[in-house]
Amino acid sequence: MSPDVQIKGIREGLLVSVGSGDWLEAEQSLLTELGRQKDFLKGARLILDVDEHEINAASMGRLRDQMSEHGLSLWGVLSRSPLTERSAQAMGLATQIHHAEPEPEEVVDEEPAEGSVEANALLVRKTLRSGYNLSHSGHVSVIGDVNPGAQIIAGGNVVVWGRLRGLVHAGAAGDEGAVVCAMDLAPTQLRIAGHIAIPPTERGEPRPEIAFVKDGEVVAEEWNVGGQVPAIEG
Amino acid sequence: MLAARCRRLKAEMGRVITITSGKGGVGKTTATANISAALAALGHKVVCIDADIGLRNLDVVLGLENRIVYDVVDVVEGRCKLRQAMIRDKRLEELYLLPAAQTRDKTAISPKDMKRVCEELAKDFDFVVIDSPAGIERGFNNAIAPADEIIIITNPEVSAVRDADRIIGIVEAEQKGPAKLVVNRINNELVNRGDMLAVADVLELLAVELIGIVPEDQAVLVSTNRGAPIALEAKSKTGQAFRDIARRLTGEQVPFTSGNGSGGFMGRLSKLIRTGGEKS
Repeated sequence: MSPDVQIKGIREGLLVSVGSGDWLEAEQSLLTELGRQKDFLKGARLILDVDEHEINAASMGRLRDQMSEHGLSLWGVLSRSPLTERSAQAMGLATQIHHAEPEPEEVVDEEPAEGSVEANALLVRKTLRSGYNLSHSGHVSVIGDVNPGAQIIAGGNVVVWGRLRGLVHAGAAGDEGAVVCAMDLAPTQLRIAGHIAIPPTERGEPRPEIAFVKDGEVVAEEWNVGGQVPAIEG
Repeated sequence: MLAARCRRLKAEMGRVITITSGKGGVGKTTATANISAALAALGHKVVCIDADIGLRNLDVVLGLENRIVYDVVDVVEGRCKLRQAMIRDKRLEELYLLPAAQTRDKTAISPKDMKRVCEELAKDFDFVVIDSPAGIERGFNNAIAPADEIIIITNPEVSAVRDADRIIGIVEAEQKGPAKLVVNRINNELVNRGDMLAVADVLELLAVELIGIVPEDQAVLVSTNRGAPIALEAKSKTGQAFRDIARRLTGEQVPFTSGNGSGGFMGRLSKLIRTGGEKS
């Protein structure tokens, strides 16, 4: 067994850790190792831990193709590089497994600590198309549209500078104070913490709106430029 | 032959264009046959490849089924030379077909095989046009791996547009974009009644470059059954729509006229129904 490539069983499947150093070399030893053990690995859910390697979408696509030539299917990619995480998300791969990165039990309303929702926001500057799955433990901002069939699952708030037409879940870890705002708020389904809302299909002219939980229900209010931010219960 | 090839520099390599859609039955194969025929009729050297291994159709639509001896899987597995598998069209000197195998499935070739075959073909042809199978699995990956450019075919239906959107996202992630769009089977009467998505509605969601609008036309059914591409029928408006796509692909500015079924859609851009429901 190559010293750089480690394979261990976890609850979600098999976690394959890749060595550090140059990615092309690490990828090569990974593929050699996978090729050698393909009979053992076949049919398993493979999760790749690539640590800090920066992998763009095209290289990740190639890696997936090469793995599929061995009859292996890639299920998820864990990485500390935001670029790699985005490439994996763009291909619909999982980027989080639960016990590797435990979610905080409850969001503490205090000074943001390192790694908490407040300290951890993601900005995406593109249109999220059908099939795109963006899961993030903190806040999510999108500059672009969120098309039908795309979904955003965020631990914190979700802000879309564009049309929001896909599925959105804010406060996914249970934060009822989370909000969703968009220039045109027309999601297929909108969830905040444990509440689910299906917006009406008959709508007027698009206008910026903010959705939040009020008296145990999801409500949406028109965003009043220069006016008061709606009072939101925490 | 070899000397001729050596003279062709990298910059002179032909363009590899993959035609795909996600959803099945929107007209990928018909579009591949007609765009290829129209490009060849303009004098370009064109080869089209059927990447739908196991469910081949392109040969039938081009009327070349009875001439198949070898196919793309035979080429990849080394049973014949590339030249031997290629079938010259019976009407157009410059149009060739590389057929799919009917008795195998998508796993018979890999994305790497397709790249190798297309690189070889791009040395000798101006255009390599690939007909992708439906779906986003192995066959689709085979079809887009060698592509320089992607054309997405969609119909004015919510489900087809949704799939097209997914495909555009995948194509962007694979850094093959930006994809170009053809809206196929537009029925002006239905659009004007508000019963069909207009081209403007499709474009509003997909936000990619439009290179063709093809009207719904029963004559297409007749021509595909006869194996004679409608793009070669000089009087057909649908044929004209495909000829316009070919000209736009070569860089020509061809306006979208109401004559080819668009019905002056630009004027209705902001007025008509939204994808979500009735207009308010």
